[in-house]
Amino acid sequence: MRRGPGTYFLYVVTALGMVYLFIPLVTIAIFTFNEPTTKFNTRWEGFTFDNWLNPFQERQFTDALIESVKIALLASVIATLLGSLVALALARYRMHGGAVINMLLVLPLTTPEIVMGASLFTLFFNQGVERGFWTVVIAHTMFCLSFVTLTVKARLRGMDWTLEDAAMDLGSPPIRTFFKITMPIITPGIIAAFLLSMALSIDDYIITSFVAGPTITFPRRVFDSARIALPPQVHVLATMIMLTAIAIILIATVSSNRRAAQTTD
Amino acid sequence: MATDADNRSLKQAKWTPYILSFPGLLCLYLFFIVPMVTLLKIALSVRPDANSSKLDFAWEWSNFSKAFTDFGEQLWRGLGYAAVATVLCVLIAYPIAYFIAFKAGKWANLMLGLVMVPFFTSFLLRTIAWQSLFADTGPVLSIADALQLTGLLDALQITTNGRIMNTPTAVIGGLTYNFLPFALLPIYVSLDKVQVGLIDASYDLYNNFPNTFRKVIFPLSLPGVFAGTLLTFIPAAGDFINAALLGNPNTPVIGGVIQARFLRAGDYPTASAISFVLMAMITVGVLLYAKFLGTEDLT
Repeated sequence: MRRGPGTYFLYVVTALGMVYLFIPLVTIAIFTFNEPTTKFNTRWEGFTFDNWLNPFQERQFTDALIESVKIALLASVIATLLGSLVALALARYRMHGGAVINMLLVLPLTTPEIVMGASLFTLFFNQGVERGFWTVVIAHTMFCLSFVTLTVKARLRGMDWTLEDAAMDLGSPPIRTFFKITMPIITPGIIAAFLLSMALSIDDYIITSFVAGPTITFPRRVFDSARIALPPQVHVLATMIMLTAIAIILIATVSSNRRAAQTTD
Repeated sequence: MATDADNRSLKQAKWTPYILSFPGLLCLYLFFIVPMVTLLKIALSVRPDANSSKLDFAWEWSNFSKAFTDFGEQLWRGLGYAAVATVLCVLIAYPIAYFIAFKAGKWANLMLGLVMVPFFTSFLLRTIAWQSLFADTGPVLSIADALQLTGLLDALQITTNGRIMNTPTAVIGGLTYNFLPFALLPIYVSLDKVQVGLIDASYDLYNNFPNTFRKVIFPLSLPGVFAGTLLTFIPAAGDFINAALLGNPNTPVIGGVIQARFLRAGDYPTASAISFVLMAMITVGVLLYAKFLGTEDLT
């Protein structure tokens, strides 16, 4: 393609855009080394390693994070299981009402979180359900379900399902065919969907605030504290999550690249 | 299409897809459809006794008009912030997506990975980071000061009395930042699908870059622009985190009003009606936008 002043303009805009994306992340990482004299860790006051040495010292935030991880694991496991089955049904088989099901799957994605949270609130209120840990798990499962189904379905599109028939023609029983053929085909999509669910669930504030009752998740604790006191350990916890996620992305990319390299050999 | 093998597995599998999808669809029905119906029912209810939370269903349409008359200002403010942020998101995301799709080569996957990293960092802390960046003594205003831009920014109403925090600029800046990857990824996907042959063909026919872009590349990327706009505008319109953490407490957005009505005021009928009005306005906006782009068949 041509190289002109436009190309250099594009390079500059892209570079600025990437910098823009990372400025707040770098800010969070820098503020893990801050030594605030006030209750807020939003103004730079001095360098220290103390926050990284005692990252779990602020019990309120650590407990909230543990609660968030528990909810995210439960909701992601359930959503991944149910969502993958729906995706498999839609991608693998011909079924009546596929259009309606697709519509049902897309609707939660086009509904603002605030409306979903409000509607779940009215449901639990109307049914007299006490809000707490399990209502949060239900809400998170629900909004992760659409993401899981659509992610897995996208991966399954264009798969060669005659491989299953080939295995059965060669005398493999259905169970064995499932574990030997179907599972390896759908596993990468399922892992991606599970990671996406974890990320969505662990970070949700708006829906959670409607259904959590007395249950305090990490985002709830951060939001409620944002105007009262925000110790630097919070930034350390968030940076730990960020680094874990980056590591998982890198491992997933490298291993999928290696697998792609193997199959092309 | 149907081969013999296909037919056989389909016959075996007559009931299988329904059994496989039943639990997931039941979950969506119970916790998405039923709650929406409940929300509508409560939006049409009255609260006979202000001291009790008991509600009576009464086709009370006045809750909806009350939502408009009492909270119209916050509604328009929320939608306005979201609209400006969405336009900015698309303007910033498009060149980056274009670069990743056409110029990045073997670095494309790495760049896409980098674009995803903000997703894995706490939304709230990213927003709080902007508190530090936008602060009166923070880096953004220091740079503007060093470049002697403070007067100009004030005149353009980007800053108010030399401040960014607690202004619409801060809220829109936060929204733009937080939803940028949602705009970028679909635009990238549609640009990535554009066949290079078409672009070459356009150049071979002596089109210059602006013409090629206008007549070939941009029209083919419209599905991505459409999807990116929706994925940005819909969550941004209901968001109140940016307004709460970066904006002026005296100018709330509609999302904050809904949450406060539910969780603090306990006024469920009005709050439910506002939720419905918000959703209806977003739907109307989306349909108009789809008509404007001529992309009804994109979903």
